[in-house]
Amino acid sequence: MSSKTGLHAKHLEAGAKMVDFFGWDMPISYGSQIEEHHAVRQDAGMFDVSHMTIVDATGSQAKDYLRYLLANDVAKLKDKGKALYSGMLNEEGGVVDDLIVYHFDDTNYRLVVNSATREKDMNWLLAKAEGFDVTITERSEFAMIAVQGPNAKEKAATLFSEAQKEAVAGMKPFFGVQAEDLFIATTGYTGEAGYEIMVPEARAQQFWQGLLDAGVKPCGLGARDTLRLEAGMNLYGQDMDESVSPLAANMGWTITWEPADRDFVGRKALEAQREQGTDKLVGLVMTDKGVLRAGQKIRTEKGEGVITSGTFSPTLGHAIAMARVPAGTENQVEVEMRKKWVTVDVVKPSFVRNGKSVL
Amino acid sequence: MSNIPKDLRYAATHEWVRPEGDGVFTVGISEHAQDLLGDMVFVELPDVGDQVSTGDDIAVAESVKAASDVYAPISGEIVAVNEELEESPELVNSDSYGDGWMFKIKADDASEVENLLDADGYQASIDEE
Repeated sequence: MSSKTGLHAKHLEAGAKMVDFFGWDMPISYGSQIEEHHAVRQDAGMFDVSHMTIVDATGSQAKDYLRYLLANDVAKLKDKGKALYSGMLNEEGGVVDDLIVYHFDDTNYRLVVNSATREKDMNWLLAKAEGFDVTITERSEFAMIAVQGPNAKEKAATLFSEAQKEAVAGMKPFFGVQAEDLFIATTGYTGEAGYEIMVPEARAQQFWQGLLDAGVKPCGLGARDTLRLEAGMNLYGQDMDESVSPLAANMGWTITWEPADRDFVGRKALEAQREQGTDKLVGLVMTDKGVLRAGQKIRTEKGEGVITSGTFSPTLGHAIAMARVPAGTENQVEVEMRKKWVTVDVVKPSFVRNGKSVL
Repeated sequence: MSNIPKDLRYAATHEWVRPEGDGVFTVGISEHAQDLLGDMVFVELPDVGDQVSTGDDIAVAESVKAASDVYAPISGEIVAVNEELEESPELVNSDSYGDGWMFKIKADDASEVENLLDADGYQASIDEE
């Protein structure tokens, strides 16, 4: 028996093609995933992300707990509502999950973790909380809707009260604010401006309908994947997992090494990895016909690699991928595609931002 | 439930075949197949003049999701390919039995088509998947 979000009926009503996503019955698309992709790049699209896990960490030692739990350092968060992206590592320096943490004050934080890893994450969060004065509370009473695209904020605002409009006025990227019954954050997984909005489940369908009426196009998991890949954002379980160092997953920027005496889970292993050197995650671009796919093998002068995520980029009109390759790989690599070896270009793992190519 | 026209023949590998007269047959992939694949981004077609045998992989339908081989449903010579698909592969999605056709085969033996599935047979083979 699969889980359903509070918006499930709206997806069926719209004729969405549904798939099983780690136990959740979710829309893969509502027709054409490429049209949905373009709607987000050019106008406004929305995703049901209610399957993601929302967890509050509160208590007098909430800050100390998160400074121990996460490779990034929540002590950097000074402003109310400011968000941080971080890996949560195991003792071996592998990635248990990646998440966003919002800071309200030093005793009050909100985490959003992946749905596919929900049970593992909850167990991990609770296990690591031992010895800290912190309370871990899952907030499953919220639905969550990501509204993304150049016109997303404007269209979403048509549903906001005056107080909510005021709360988000001038809000910078990567902030979140509780405004009346909505938690509104300037975060996302597409490389476009927009909001991720937590809405009480009882009001979720009405809110979704309001967004439809405002001209926001519903988008499924298919478009979500091509958008995040164009934006160079990792997908947990694909681009990294428990066996992969964040240093080999383009997450080096999410590790806060200083102060050196901050002990966080995985720190020792990570320092050793940094010393020894690791593989790296790069971007690949192929302008010839064909599509790069996850799992395809790579040959380089320095050794072998593998594509972790690959797709056709609707914005660019050709194939793009993320690949894990030996350190020192530059310029070009060979990819095995349908029994042939094809030469493709190596780039930074970021392809499209705010509707435009960054290649 | 996807559309399966009664006047066509089908291979279990999801190709449809339409007789055009003089032993020439148009071939494409079924609505069910395009629906499984999702948005098409490239279609690689055989060359006109190629000799093909039943079951050869002679074309590739590549969607955002996956690349899928397209097989020759009958033996013969490729006498035309749908060049529109070069620029507009999405025709396979929007009109799989019409503008989304892939190639035409001049059959070595037109009676070979009788071995293919009819609409009911193809429906049954989908139901078994």
